[in-house]
Amino acid sequence: MADYTPPLRDIRFVLEHLAGLDDLAKLEPFGHADAASVFGVLAEFGRLMSEVWAPTNAVGDAEGSRHEGDEVRTPAGFREAYRHYVAGGWPAVPFDVDYQGGGFPWVVGIAMQEMLNSANMALAMAPLLTQGAIDAIAFHGDEAQKETFLRPMVTGAWSGTMNLTEPDAGSDVGALRTRAVRQDDGTYRITGQKVFITFGEHDLTEQIVHLVLARTPEAPPGTKGISCFIVPKYLVEEDGSLGDRNDVHVVSIEHKMGIRASPTCVLAFGERGDGGARGEGAVGYLIGEEHAGMRYMFTMMNNARLGVGVEGLGLAERAYQQAVAYASERVQGRAPGASPGESSTIIDHPDVRRMLLTMKAFTEAMRAMCYVQAAQIDVAKHHPDEAAATEARELVELLTPIVKSWCTDLAETVTSIGIQVHGGVGYVEETGAAQHYRDAKITQIYEGTNGIQAMDLVGRKLPLRGGAVVRDQISRMRATVAELGGGDPEGDGEGDLAVIGARLAEAVSTLEAATGWMFEHGVADPVEALSVATPYQRLFATTVGGWLMGRSALAARAALDGGSVDGSERSFFEAKVVTARFFAERLLPEVHGLVGPVMAGGRGLFALTPAQLAR
Amino acid sequence: MNVVVCVKQIPDPADPGALEEDHTLKRDGKLILDESDSYGVEMALQLADAAGGGDVTLVSMAPNNETSGLRTALAMGAAKAVLVSDDALSGAGALDTAKVLAAAIKRVEGADLILAATESSDGYTGTVPEQIAAVLDLPSVTFAKHVEVADGTVKVQRQTESGFDECEAPLPALVSVTAGVVEPRYPSFKGIMAAKSKPVDQVTVADLGLDPSAVGWAGAGQEIVDVSPAPERQAGEVIEDEGDAHQKIVEFLDGLKVL
Repeated sequence: MADYTPPLRDIRFVLEHLAGLDDLAKLEPFGHADAASVFGVLAEFGRLMSEVWAPTNAVGDAEGSRHEGDEVRTPAGFREAYRHYVAGGWPAVPFDVDYQGGGFPWVVGIAMQEMLNSANMALAMAPLLTQGAIDAIAFHGDEAQKETFLRPMVTGAWSGTMNLTEPDAGSDVGALRTRAVRQDDGTYRITGQKVFITFGEHDLTEQIVHLVLARTPEAPPGTKGISCFIVPKYLVEEDGSLGDRNDVHVVSIEHKMGIRASPTCVLAFGERGDGGARGEGAVGYLIGEEHAGMRYMFTMMNNARLGVGVEGLGLAERAYQQAVAYASERVQGRAPGASPGESSTIIDHPDVRRMLLTMKAFTEAMRAMCYVQAAQIDVAKHHPDEAAATEARELVELLTPIVKSWCTDLAETVTSIGIQVHGGVGYVEETGAAQHYRDAKITQIYEGTNGIQAMDLVGRKLPLRGGAVVRDQISRMRATVAELGGGDPEGDGEGDLAVIGARLAEAVSTLEAATGWMFEHGVADPVEALSVATPYQRLFATTVGGWLMGRSALAARAALDGGSVDGSERSFFEAKVVTARFFAERLLPEVHGLVGPVMAGGRGLFALTPAQLAR
Repeated sequence: MNVVVCVKQIPDPADPGALEEDHTLKRDGKLILDESDSYGVEMALQLADAAGGGDVTLVSMAPNNETSGLRTALAMGAAKAVLVSDDALSGAGALDTAKVLAAAIKRVEGADLILAATESSDGYTGTVPEQIAAVLDLPSVTFAKHVEVADGTVKVQRQTESGFDECEAPLPALVSVTAGVVEPRYPSFKGIMAAKSKPVDQVTVADLGLDPSAVGWAGAGQEIVDVSPAPERQAGEVIEDEGDAHQKIVEFLDGLKVL
């Protein structure tokens, strides 16, 4: 079983130098979230993750959750791990103080989410889904609903779920058929079946609060007719205690490729008809207004999609730690430069070095991207200056599909390299390297497949403010190029920063050219844009990753030049510059290879008939 | 019941850094709570809780007014701390450390019980707790694996090689506890935030009424001549099973005198 050490030093670096933690602490609600408090909180939380959560990861994968009658049992150790998490008050940290939250910036909560996911992604899905449900109620619920449900959800005493998907309504949510019928008392009765409900039933908490999308009888078709309901597992009495069992029950749980410990449920609403005097159907409470459910989902989307990107980051980090540890121990062959007759650890072989640095550079770029995005969510929500808040909001909108797709695609890549570093034993399950890869795959699929993200990027995000939002981002990256000195033809171009700047400049130019093509051809014919949205998204995201690594190098160089940095601190900053240069020289150039696939447009995609595709 | 816990803040054992020229550990960076002290802190919290109230006070000695490790113990639930920080303490040995901590303990009013770990994880002299008891003229019980307080008496199960002794002593007393005494809690989010504003009484050697020239290198009466790395752990013995492996294992255990 592999250990997990929270990467606190890198987390601190990103929070301080890229996410602007000091500036966030100046915003009105975050006065108490000074750097010392934040890092104290993260260090203790990291210890809990490493000592209590991380050891449950492999057990959870081997055992899986079990469906028994009306219940679902989580694997050994999960209840205990979750109990510690709740007892420490950790779920509440990034939530509103009005509902017993800790009032910390969202970005701090995101750093905690990274550690939760590294330690045990399957278990981390319980709090993640609860967070989504909290957001929905906090943004759109009425006061009574907030009073009843938010506090116990914020503290983690109750969990939450999101019920969107049905067998014939996946990516196309508008096709859902679950029915909601209004009663005289203002409540609704819900009937229907939902699938892929994460932690839809489990034994971690006494109460589960389901958020359910359903359609009222007169609702217009498609997404415009969807309403959102709170359907608790147990009805809640006036005094907040739990009353009758509601008619929502688990039908089965899925057997999956990864996150096997996370119970993915089929839930039946109102199928038993045992509501007695309440009548048939599960009791539901409308959130906000009828037919506005899809709009409400969109308000949570940025957070939810970032959350999935952070799952990718967490898995990549854990896979990287495991790979480095193995490569440092495994003796095989003689590395170049070793004495004759001497055997080397595989970490001394150049190709293994290449793999490890690739994992490290991608993982650190993902961390930078996720935390910067989270900090922008904080700024957008709390900055008193409207212009600053708007700029942050636009950046969040633009980067949401990029963070989600890139961090999850890279999670697949990094966890796959993790297996490769292990060689043959990596393919053997006991090693534990394969679990991260299996766990990672789903992150590319759920919360909007990465193909849907690409459609979002080209269809909704590029046109924002007539294309000015994407142009603003290109300007930001150009400014970093200038800072790196890459735009300066007088420099000798040999230094780390100059090289990073030069490679970034080339990447930004390539992105600009590809973006120009997208505007030119995509506006005229959306099929052209949609056909190449995925390579364009990758090109864009990799350039943003290169930009953030460039900023990392600048910050690390400044710290080194600032003097009085020695020992492990010096070593950390030096490694940061080396890693950023590795990214700029060896990973970032992939963008140039994506220009061709982008500019190929839709040509030929529909040249074959379905029969020809089937051969 | 008021309990004082002696705690040490040490360089992170995962990243101890190089030694100073005088062969002592570098202590100018961030220091953390010695893990072996977390047991005493937890024991103190549980005893105060069981007694229906009272404060847990930390007593510590560290350079540069370092409080990072103290904050961890305060986050667990200790109420306050006394920190002795003084350049004169550089190079302090066990006895002068005991004298300084004893003087610091005297600043805490109404201490019923003093807890300490059996030894620190960086120095390992394992003599400071008993020396503190001697300086304060208190009863001392070492290696506690179970501690109870009732009717002005502390009852201790004292770990020995073959089992444990039952000991008791009148309060106030000093007890050193092992890592088996209780399971330390994890600090909670609220505990960490509350710890920020808990009082840490920072004092110098002179504040304690001691002579700065009688402590540290000046008063240690010792010199570190050389430091050499601990010998690497020997490889274990591999027994190939040729039908008689069980016999060889029995012989091996017999050799350890554990059978």
